[in-house]
Amino acid sequence: MEAAAAGSAVGNSYPAIEVRGLEMAYGSYVLMRDISFTVAPGEVMVIMGGSGCGKSTLLKYLIGLKEVEKGEILYCGRSFSKATPEQQEEMQRTFGVLYQGGALWSSLTLAENVALPLEQYTRLSSEEIREIVSMKLALVGLKGFEEFYPSEISGGMRKRAGLARAMSLDPALLFFDEPSAGLDPITSRRLDELILRLRDSLGTTIVVVTHELASIFTIADTSIFLDAETKTVIAHGNPRELVKEGHSDPKVREFLLRGDPTKTPIGLPRKDLPAESLDPAGKS
Amino acid sequence: MAKTNSAISTAAPKVNLSRSDQRLVLTFEGNWSVHHTQQREIDQVFSELDRQSPAEALQFDLSQLSFWDTSLLIVVARAEEWCREHKVKFLSESLPPNVASLVALAEEVPERETGRGRKKSDSFFELIGNKTIVSIEGIQAALEFIGETVLSFGRILRGKAVFDWRLFWLTMQECSAQALPIVGMISFLTGLIFAFVGAIQLRQFGAGIYVANLVAVAMAREMGAIMTGIIMAGRTGAAFAAQIGSMKVSEEIDAFRTLAISPMDFVVSPRLIALSLMMPLLVLYADLVGILGGAVVGRSFLGITWSQYWAQTVGSMGLVDIVTGLVKSAIFGVIIAVAGCERGMKCGNNAAAVGNAATSAVVLGITWIVASDAIIDVIQEILKL
Repeated sequence: MEAAAAGSAVGNSYPAIEVRGLEMAYGSYVLMRDISFTVAPGEVMVIMGGSGCGKSTLLKYLIGLKEVEKGEILYCGRSFSKATPEQQEEMQRTFGVLYQGGALWSSLTLAENVALPLEQYTRLSSEEIREIVSMKLALVGLKGFEEFYPSEISGGMRKRAGLARAMSLDPALLFFDEPSAGLDPITSRRLDELILRLRDSLGTTIVVVTHELASIFTIADTSIFLDAETKTVIAHGNPRELVKEGHSDPKVREFLLRGDPTKTPIGLPRKDLPAESLDPAGKS
Repeated sequence: MAKTNSAISTAAPKVNLSRSDQRLVLTFEGNWSVHHTQQREIDQVFSELDRQSPAEALQFDLSQLSFWDTSLLIVVARAEEWCREHKVKFLSESLPPNVASLVALAEEVPERETGRGRKKSDSFFELIGNKTIVSIEGIQAALEFIGETVLSFGRILRGKAVFDWRLFWLTMQECSAQALPIVGMISFLTGLIFAFVGAIQLRQFGAGIYVANLVAVAMAREMGAIMTGIIMAGRTGAAFAAQIGSMKVSEEIDAFRTLAISPMDFVVSPRLIALSLMMPLLVLYADLVGILGGAVVGRSFLGITWSQYWAQTVGSMGLVDIVTGLVKSAIFGVIIAVAGCERGMKCGNNAAAVGNAATSAVVLGITWIVASDAIIDVIQEILKL
């Protein structure tokens, strides 16, 4: 894609996101230590891991909802964690975040939800804002729902509306917290496709927290796996590579195969692999 | 989000219309960002388009563009709309693939006919009509709720209901011991104010001692019950609505229904019974504290001794006065609890609805307290009590 290609062709040698030796903690309790990874511009990175291992907490550090105590987070080569609060706010304006339930403001209509960041941070006229809002809602397939309140639409629509709001300021970075949680397989697949198409057209760098295997294999260019036992990142790479025998920690493979190496990630019997590769290493 | 992520040029956005034979060409230049659009220039280009003699096709030239975002997309979408209206061919091939793909994505899902355009204002009569319908429905709902409460009482008395005793005792504590400081303070000040008002008038006739009568009768018959009612509506009624409302939002009420446990028995009745039982006690306490407030004024400004004031107070009040206050207080308790619980049970399913439920519980509670107080007074007057 032109945009994605152009992003790397500018001679911009900095990764879109770089995390160096980050330690995540709640008070004195250390959740994860020594997290380091990079995400190239235009890439989709998935943060994987079992429930409660700190995936969503890592996202909170990345978007600046939690203050970094140890380690550093850089965006396009600029330190985010060491920036002044004003600079952080300025950088946060280039982020779009889709929260788990959409987190739409319930007292505002969908149009008002999407318009609020535009009213706050641009000097557009209300007519222009209205046009942009309908364009954003059209992009997520919600044309005609401008005057609806979040409580009047379904969970899947709420997520898409949340995505429209996250994209309202044309962010360079999009963060998704469990985009497919609570959605049926078809809706969740459509959302994955939407994420990919937006990435391809806009060249946005995307970070997704999820443990939906189907999603992981569809959207991820790269991924990291957080392990609660060792409290650190135990795998880094494309999940399609990580799932192969001998390419990663057995725990990662077990996770990606739903704990059963004889089944495909969606639970069907595997026919594609020769019998000897079905070594139940993950179970031993 | 653009052709380049970092090298954003600062060149101003420009759009030009040119024509080569039967083809219209829109040329975009510079930095197209939502932070500085050229609304006037865009409008100009479109009015220029309207003035053009018929053309076959519209084409784009984006080769001079250094940065773009949604501000470009909306112009492209508007141009497509224009082409459709004027039967001009829209050459989407001339767009870069990513722009074309976004425009296609935006049109993939057709606009849903939701029957909801931009809000239109109702006419005056529509407004009155709608309000009337809403208030009639509100009254119906409240009556239904009271009916259900009565049925629930029946079940509780027959021992056929799942009754939450812990909630009952907890609510009782909240409506009694924990309410004493605020009820005490307000009642003391009410007694004090009444005594002052009375003292100024009565002192002129040398009848200062009658301040005791005024304060005693006013507190016992009216003010004790009303002030306590208003405090409890704000304090407990709002809490009931908010607690039950948030249970509704998190589907806890539905969970009771699916287990065939009536939420009326488990959630509403304990609160209602506890508040109705505690209100008379609170009002008795409020009466006493109010009389004390009056006595303080009598002692310090009118030179009445404590014992004189007490004797005058006891002499001026009959059992009827106290019982009137207590009956009112029990009625007010039911009103507050019903308003709070009903608003909570009828709460919508979002965070804002919980706030609205609490507000409307307080307004409803206070309105009905004052209204029913007036009704009771009129009935008493007729019965000469």
